[in-house]
Amino acid sequence: MKALAGYLAGLLFGLGLAISGMTDPARVIGFLDVAGAWDPTLIFVLGGAVVTTFIGYRLVWRRQMPLLESRFQLPTRRDLDAHLLGGAALFGIGWGLSGYCPGPAVASLSGLSWPLAAFIVTLIAGWWLARRMNSRH
Amino acid sequence: MESMSALQGLLGGVLIGLSATLLMGLLGRIAGISGILSGLIFDRGGDRSWRVAFLLGIVSGPALLILAGLDWGNVAGDSGAMIGSPASGLTTMLVAGLLVGLGTGLGSGCTSGHGVCGLARLSPRSMAATLVFVLVAMLTVFVARHMLEGSA
Repeated sequence: MKALAGYLAGLLFGLGLAISGMTDPARVIGFLDVAGAWDPTLIFVLGGAVVTTFIGYRLVWRRQMPLLESRFQLPTRRDLDAHLLGGAALFGIGWGLSGYCPGPAVASLSGLSWPLAAFIVTLIAGWWLARRMNSRH
Repeated sequence: MESMSALQGLLGGVLIGLSATLLMGLLGRIAGISGILSGLIFDRGGDRSWRVAFLLGIVSGPALLILAGLDWGNVAGDSGAMIGSPASGLTTMLVAGLLVGLGTGLGSGCTSGHGVCGLARLSPRSMAATLVFVLVAMLTVFVARHMLEGSA
Protein backbone atom coordinates (compact mmCIF):
# COMPACT_ATOMS: atom_id res chain seq x y z
CA MET A 1 0.00 0.00 0.00
CA LYS A 2 2.83 2.42 0.85
CA ALA A 3 4.52 1.67 -2.46
CA LEU A 4 1.24 2.24 -4.32
CA ALA A 5 0.80 5.58 -2.51
CA GLY A 6 4.35 6.53 -3.49
CA TYR A 7 3.78 5.55 -7.11
CA LEU A 8 0.52 7.52 -7.41
CA ALA A 9 2.09 10.62 -5.86
CA GLY A 10 5.10 10.31 -8.19
CA LEU A 11 2.86 9.79 -11.22
CA LEU A 12 0.80 12.93 -10.45
CA PHE A 13 4.03 14.86 -9.92
CA GLY A 14 5.54 13.66 -13.22
CA LEU A 15 2.31 14.38 -15.13
CA GLY A 16 2.19 17.85 -13.58
CA LEU A 17 5.78 18.63 -14.58
CA ALA A 18 5.23 17.43 -18.16
CA ILE A 19 1.85 19.11 -18.72
CA SER A 20 3.10 22.43 -17.35
CA GLY A 21 6.12 22.32 -19.66
CA MET A 22 8.62 22.20 -16.80
CA THR A 23 10.41 19.17 -18.30
CA ASP A 24 11.70 21.59 -20.95
CA PRO A 25 14.78 23.49 -19.67
CA ALA A 26 14.20 26.17 -22.34
CA ARG A 27 10.83 26.98 -20.73
CA VAL A 28 12.39 27.27 -17.25
CA ILE A 29 15.27 29.44 -18.48
CA GLY A 30 12.65 31.53 -20.31
CA PHE A 31 11.19 32.33 -16.88
CA LEU A 32 14.58 33.03 -15.31
CA ASP A 33 15.63 35.29 -18.22
CA VAL A 34 13.93 38.47 -17.02
CA ALA A 35 16.02 40.62 -19.38
CA GLY A 36 15.06 38.54 -22.43
CA ALA A 37 11.72 37.39 -23.87
CA TRP A 38 10.28 36.63 -20.41
CA ASP A 39 8.06 33.53 -20.13
CA PRO A 40 5.79 33.76 -17.04
CA THR A 41 4.55 30.11 -17.20
CA LEU A 42 6.50 29.01 -14.10
CA ILE A 43 4.58 31.56 -11.99
CA PHE A 44 1.33 29.78 -12.89
CA VAL A 45 2.86 26.37 -12.13
CA LEU A 46 4.21 27.45 -8.74
CA GLY A 47 1.03 29.40 -7.93
CA GLY A 48 -1.26 26.46 -8.79
CA ALA A 49 0.95 24.05 -6.84
CA VAL A 50 1.30 26.21 -3.71
CA VAL A 51 -2.41 27.10 -3.47
CA THR A 52 -3.47 23.47 -4.02
CA THR A 53 -0.93 22.21 -1.47
CA PHE A 54 -1.89 24.94 1.04
CA ILE A 55 -5.55 23.85 0.92
CA GLY A 56 -4.74 20.14 0.68
CA TYR A 57 -2.37 20.16 3.67
CA ARG A 58 -4.96 21.88 5.87
CA LEU A 59 -7.55 19.28 4.90
CA VAL A 60 -5.32 16.27 5.61
CA TRP A 61 -3.96 17.79 8.85
CA ARG A 62 -7.50 17.65 10.28
CA ARG A 63 -6.72 14.00 10.94
CA GLN A 64 -4.46 12.99 13.82
CA MET A 65 -2.15 10.98 11.55
CA PRO A 66 -1.71 10.06 7.88
CA LEU A 67 -3.73 7.09 6.58
CA LEU A 68 -0.80 4.67 6.17
CA GLU A 69 1.68 5.92 8.78
CA SER A 70 1.59 6.81 12.46
CA ARG A 71 2.65 10.46 12.23
CA PHE A 72 3.16 13.47 9.96
CA GLN A 73 6.90 14.13 9.43
CA LEU A 74 7.29 17.89 9.21
CA PRO A 75 10.46 19.99 9.41
CA THR A 76 10.53 21.91 12.71
CA ARG A 77 13.44 24.33 12.26
CA ARG A 78 12.57 27.99 11.75
CA ASP A 79 16.01 29.65 11.91
CA LEU A 80 17.95 30.91 8.89
CA ASP A 81 21.57 29.76 8.74
CA ALA A 82 24.54 29.77 6.35
CA HIS A 83 23.88 26.22 5.10
CA LEU A 84 20.30 27.09 4.11
CA LEU A 85 21.08 30.39 2.38
CA GLY A 86 24.46 29.37 0.91
CA GLY A 87 22.97 26.09 -0.32
CA ALA A 88 20.03 27.91 -1.91
CA ALA A 89 22.48 30.27 -3.67
CA LEU A 90 24.60 27.37 -5.06
CA PHE A 91 21.40 25.63 -6.19
CA GLY A 92 20.29 28.86 -7.90
CA ILE A 93 23.53 29.03 -9.94
CA GLY A 94 23.16 25.39 -11.04
CA TRP A 95 19.47 25.84 -11.84
CA GLY A 96 20.19 28.96 -13.92
CA LEU A 97 23.04 27.26 -15.83
CA SER A 98 21.04 24.13 -16.71
CA GLY A 99 17.33 24.93 -16.47
CA TYR A 100 17.01 21.75 -14.38
CA CYS A 101 16.04 21.38 -10.76
CA PRO A 102 15.96 17.80 -9.42
CA GLY A 103 12.27 17.04 -10.25
CA PRO A 104 12.29 17.87 -13.97
CA ALA A 105 15.74 16.30 -14.43
CA VAL A 106 14.52 12.99 -12.99
CA ALA A 107 11.16 13.21 -14.80
CA SER A 108 13.11 13.49 -18.08
CA LEU A 109 14.97 10.19 -17.57
CA SER A 110 12.93 8.43 -20.27
CA GLY A 111 14.45 10.88 -22.77
CA LEU A 112 17.97 10.42 -21.45
CA SER A 113 20.78 12.22 -23.30
CA TRP A 114 24.49 12.53 -22.48
CA PRO A 115 24.20 16.04 -20.99
CA LEU A 116 21.25 14.93 -18.81
CA ALA A 117 23.13 11.79 -17.71
CA ALA A 118 26.13 13.97 -16.80
CA PHE A 119 23.84 16.26 -14.79
CA ILE A 120 22.30 13.33 -12.87
CA VAL A 121 25.69 11.78 -12.04
CA THR A 122 27.14 15.00 -10.59
CA LEU A 123 23.78 15.77 -8.91
CA ILE A 124 24.16 12.55 -6.91
CA ALA A 125 27.84 13.35 -6.23
CA GLY A 126 26.71 16.76 -4.91
CA TRP A 127 24.16 15.14 -2.58
CA TRP A 128 26.89 12.81 -1.27
CA LEU A 129 29.25 15.75 -0.67
CA ALA A 130 26.51 17.76 1.09
CA ARG A 131 25.77 14.83 3.41
CA ARG A 132 29.44 14.66 4.40
CA MET A 133 29.54 18.43 5.03
CA ASN A 134 26.26 18.36 6.98
CA SER A 135 27.37 15.52 9.25
CA ARG A 136 30.60 17.37 10.08
CA HIS A 137 28.64 20.56 10.83
CA MET B 1 -0.30 30.27 -27.24
CA GLU B 2 0.50 32.55 -24.30
CA SER B 3 -2.80 31.95 -22.46
CA MET B 4 -2.58 28.27 -23.42
CA SER B 5 0.79 27.91 -21.70
CA ALA B 6 -0.58 29.73 -18.65
CA LEU B 7 -3.53 27.31 -18.48
CA GLN B 8 -1.28 24.28 -18.88
CA GLY B 9 1.04 25.69 -16.23
CA LEU B 10 -1.88 26.11 -13.85
CA LEU B 11 -3.20 22.59 -14.54
CA GLY B 12 0.27 21.09 -14.09
CA GLY B 13 0.73 23.05 -10.87
CA VAL B 14 -2.57 21.78 -9.47
CA LEU B 15 -1.48 18.18 -10.26
CA ILE B 16 1.82 18.79 -8.41
CA GLY B 17 -0.18 20.18 -5.47
CA LEU B 18 -2.43 17.10 -5.47
CA SER B 19 0.70 14.93 -5.46
CA ALA B 20 2.06 16.80 -2.42
CA THR B 21 -1.34 16.50 -0.67
CA LEU B 22 -1.55 12.77 -1.40
CA LEU B 23 1.95 12.12 -0.04
CA MET B 24 1.16 14.06 3.15
CA GLY B 25 -2.29 12.52 3.63
CA LEU B 26 -1.19 8.92 3.04
CA LEU B 27 2.44 8.77 4.22
CA GLY B 28 2.85 12.01 6.21
CA ARG B 29 5.75 13.10 4.00
CA ILE B 30 6.87 16.33 2.35
CA ALA B 31 7.03 15.97 -1.46
CA GLY B 32 10.61 17.26 -1.73
CA ILE B 33 12.31 15.58 -4.67
CA SER B 34 15.89 16.17 -3.51
CA GLY B 35 15.15 14.77 -0.04
CA ILE B 36 13.16 11.76 -1.30
CA LEU B 37 15.80 10.77 -3.87
CA SER B 38 18.94 11.44 -1.85
CA GLY B 39 17.31 9.44 0.97
CA LEU B 40 16.67 6.60 -1.46
CA ILE B 41 20.31 6.58 -2.57
CA PHE B 42 22.13 7.14 0.73
CA ASP B 43 19.89 6.03 3.62
CA ARG B 44 19.50 2.44 4.66
CA GLY B 45 16.38 1.21 6.43
CA GLY B 46 12.83 0.06 5.87
CA ASP B 47 11.77 3.29 4.22
CA ARG B 48 12.77 2.54 0.66
CA SER B 49 9.78 0.99 -1.13
CA TRP B 50 7.66 4.15 -1.41
CA ARG B 51 10.72 6.16 -2.49
CA VAL B 52 11.49 3.71 -5.32
CA ALA B 53 7.81 3.74 -6.31
CA PHE B 54 7.75 7.57 -6.23
CA LEU B 55 10.79 7.66 -8.52
CA LEU B 56 9.11 5.24 -10.96
CA GLY B 57 5.96 7.36 -10.85
CA ILE B 58 7.84 10.58 -11.67
CA VAL B 59 9.57 8.97 -14.64
CA SER B 60 6.39 7.31 -15.93
CA GLY B 61 4.31 10.54 -15.88
CA PRO B 62 5.86 12.17 -18.96
CA ALA B 63 6.62 8.75 -20.52
CA LEU B 64 2.90 7.81 -20.44
CA LEU B 65 1.92 11.11 -22.09
CA ILE B 66 4.44 10.48 -24.85
CA LEU B 67 3.24 6.88 -25.34
CA ALA B 68 -0.38 8.06 -25.47
CA GLY B 69 0.66 10.53 -28.17
CA LEU B 70 -0.83 13.46 -26.27
CA ASP B 71 0.63 16.72 -27.49
CA TRP B 72 0.12 18.58 -24.22
CA GLY B 73 3.04 20.15 -22.51
CA ASN B 74 5.94 21.64 -24.24
CA VAL B 75 6.48 24.71 -26.27
CA ALA B 76 6.75 22.68 -29.44
CA GLY B 77 3.25 21.23 -28.97
CA ASP B 78 4.74 17.94 -30.15
CA SER B 79 4.57 14.78 -28.07
CA GLY B 80 8.14 13.87 -28.99
CA ALA B 81 9.25 17.16 -27.46
CA MET B 82 7.47 16.52 -24.15
CA ILE B 83 10.92 16.20 -22.68
CA GLY B 84 12.91 19.21 -23.79
CA SER B 85 16.53 18.97 -24.78
CA PRO B 86 19.15 20.08 -22.23
CA ALA B 87 20.01 23.75 -22.54
CA SER B 88 23.77 23.31 -22.33
CA GLY B 89 26.64 21.02 -23.28
CA LEU B 90 28.33 18.31 -21.26
CA THR B 91 30.80 20.46 -19.29
CA THR B 92 28.22 22.99 -18.15
CA MET B 93 25.82 20.21 -17.18
CA LEU B 94 28.52 18.46 -15.11
CA VAL B 95 29.13 21.68 -13.15
CA ALA B 96 25.41 22.51 -12.88
CA GLY B 97 24.52 19.05 -11.57
CA LEU B 98 27.16 19.30 -8.86
CA LEU B 99 25.94 22.75 -7.80
CA VAL B 100 22.29 21.61 -7.75
CA GLY B 101 23.16 18.52 -5.69
CA LEU B 102 25.45 20.33 -3.26
CA GLY B 103 23.09 23.30 -2.96
CA THR B 104 19.89 21.33 -2.38
CA GLY B 105 21.74 19.01 0.01
CA LEU B 106 23.18 21.83 2.12
CA GLY B 107 20.02 23.95 1.81
CA SER B 108 17.70 21.03 2.71
CA GLY B 109 15.45 21.32 -0.33
CA CYS B 110 14.77 22.31 -3.92
CA THR B 111 11.90 23.88 -5.87
CA SER B 112 9.47 21.19 -4.69
CA GLY B 113 10.44 20.87 -1.00
CA HIS B 114 10.98 24.58 -0.34
CA GLY B 115 9.16 26.19 -3.28
CA VAL B 116 5.93 24.16 -3.19
CA CYS B 117 5.58 22.33 0.15
CA GLY B 118 7.52 24.87 2.25
CA LEU B 119 5.65 27.91 0.92
CA ALA B 120 2.35 26.05 1.44
CA ARG B 121 3.39 25.42 5.07
CA LEU B 122 4.32 29.14 5.36
CA SER B 123 7.79 28.08 6.56
CA PRO B 124 10.15 31.07 7.00
CA ARG B 125 13.18 28.92 6.03
CA SER B 126 11.50 27.87 2.79
CA MET B 127 10.42 31.43 1.96
CA ALA B 128 14.01 32.64 2.41
CA ALA B 129 15.49 29.71 0.45
CA THR B 130 13.00 30.12 -2.43
CA LEU B 131 13.66 33.85 -2.66
CA VAL B 132 17.44 33.25 -2.72
CA PHE B 133 17.47 30.47 -5.33
CA VAL B 134 15.05 32.22 -7.69
CA LEU B 135 16.95 35.53 -7.54
CA VAL B 136 20.39 33.88 -7.88
CA ALA B 137 19.13 31.76 -10.82
CA MET B 138 17.81 34.92 -12.54
CA LEU B 139 21.16 36.65 -11.95
CA THR B 140 23.01 33.58 -13.30
CA VAL B 141 20.92 33.54 -16.49
CA PHE B 142 21.47 37.28 -16.90
CA VAL B 143 25.25 36.94 -16.58
CA ALA B 144 25.45 33.82 -18.77
CA ARG B 145 23.14 35.08 -21.52
CA HIS B 146 23.53 38.82 -21.63
CA MET B 147 27.05 39.46 -20.37
CA LEU B 148 29.20 36.43 -21.27
CA GLU B 149 27.69 35.40 -24.61
CA GLY B 150 25.61 37.03 -27.29
CA SER B 151 24.21 33.78 -28.65
CA ALA B 152 20.99 33.68 -26.65
